[in-house]
Amino acid sequence: MYQPISLQEASRLLKEHGPGGRFLAGGTDLVIAIKEKGLVPKYVVDLKKIPGLSAIREHADGSVTIGALTTMREVEISPAIIRKFPFLAQSAAEVGSIQIRNRATVGGNMANATPSADVAPGLIALNATAKIVGARGEKTVPLEEFFRGPGQTVMEPDEILTEITIPKTSPQLVGEYIKFSPRDMMDLAYVGVAVTYNLTDINRCSDVRIVLGAVAPTPIRARNSEAILEGQILTAGLAAKVGEETAKECKPISDVRSSADYRRAMVGVMTKRAILNAAAPRNGKVSWCDRRDRRY
Amino acid sequence: MKKKIQLTLNGKITTLEVPSHRLLLDLLRDEIGLTGTKEGCGTGDCGACTVFLNGKPVNSCLVLSGELDGTDIVTIEGLKIGPELHPIQKAFIQDGGAQCGYCTPGMLMMSKALLDENPNPTEEEIRFALSGNLCRCTGYAKIIQAVQDAAAELRSKNV
Repeated sequence: MYQPISLQEASRLLKEHGPGGRFLAGGTDLVIAIKEKGLVPKYVVDLKKIPGLSAIREHADGSVTIGALTTMREVEISPAIIRKFPFLAQSAAEVGSIQIRNRATVGGNMANATPSADVAPGLIALNATAKIVGARGEKTVPLEEFFRGPGQTVMEPDEILTEITIPKTSPQLVGEYIKFSPRDMMDLAYVGVAVTYNLTDINRCSDVRIVLGAVAPTPIRARNSEAILEGQILTAGLAAKVGEETAKECKPISDVRSSADYRRAMVGVMTKRAILNAAAPRNGKVSWCDRRDRRY
Repeated sequence: MKKKIQLTLNGKITTLEVPSHRLLLDLLRDEIGLTGTKEGCGTGDCGACTVFLNGKPVNSCLVLSGELDGTDIVTIEGLKIGPELHPIQKAFIQDGGAQCGYCTPGMLMMSKALLDENPNPTEEEIRFALSGNLCRCTGYAKIIQAVQDAAAELRSKNV
């Protein structure tokens, strides 16, 4: 195991030692892959000694950056995230247990590209970008284009995701994330739905983004559904109509958790609820237990 | 490949030479002999192996020893205050919060983490905090009662 103290050194280690190495952030996926899935990394490069990768920062231009090594728990309890994007704090709180969230990082969760990752839909709905650093320099890609398939991203093996940036949002922004899972805690999402839009005082919706998790090889936007709501006055009937369209747009699989048909039906219901919940005022608390009454 | 690490373990500075891939859980139990920390699932689901790493509760079954240089670890053996059991431990005994006892060290550590942050949690908040700790005996009612009683005891002492 190596513990580089800079990104350059980390990248160089991978170049020198060749294929078969793995980056280590929180380890909650990597250690399980080694134990249960027979992964045998030739070497491991621990990124946690590199300074500056784990912080949530608000910038003067209204954007917010989340360092790749920021833990899920830090996102969950961050006053800045709770104030600006309560549904994003909640989505981080939906991951595993507190013990897991004290280790699991936002960057690790993105880089591992699990289709059901809970924070990905909310970040994509917020138009977030990912900063990637490698031997050939630095690049920024929209998080929407970051995922390529289960476990696959646009990153090369020697590249490191360093930061997620959420651009400035409107003061009228509202949002919601619903993780649908029959178990209250400690399970992956059967369906994840994030919704954001700007809501005027006459309930007109604009800049609508609907992002689905766990119902396609990557998190996906439901663009046809977004178009139905765009520019319209929000009503319960319209939310239901958008939900029906979203159910048509998703591409779920059947697996041990759920059949594809059930997932599709639940996408319709959860999208409707997410749209309506987003417009309802929050009571200021975002912990999962306080939100439960509005979920079902 | 062995690696030399120095860490603070239950308040004592400890120097060890261990393979980087050894799990913190195995390091504690097999190399150091602190067997209070239990292995339940080994995959971060059950919480029996919960310890504090730099003040925060984590699953020790998912932490590699190679990451530990310079860290501060507290295990269940470090929960006592001098020779006295911690009020949370006393409350679990008094309320029957343990049956077979296998999940208990993890439950106690997680309860300590909760009460450090929130001295007066609601039942829902206790259930939320302990959702990563599985118990197959008690049905949780007496564990929650014990955490509530420990919270009341700790609050009365601090006043």
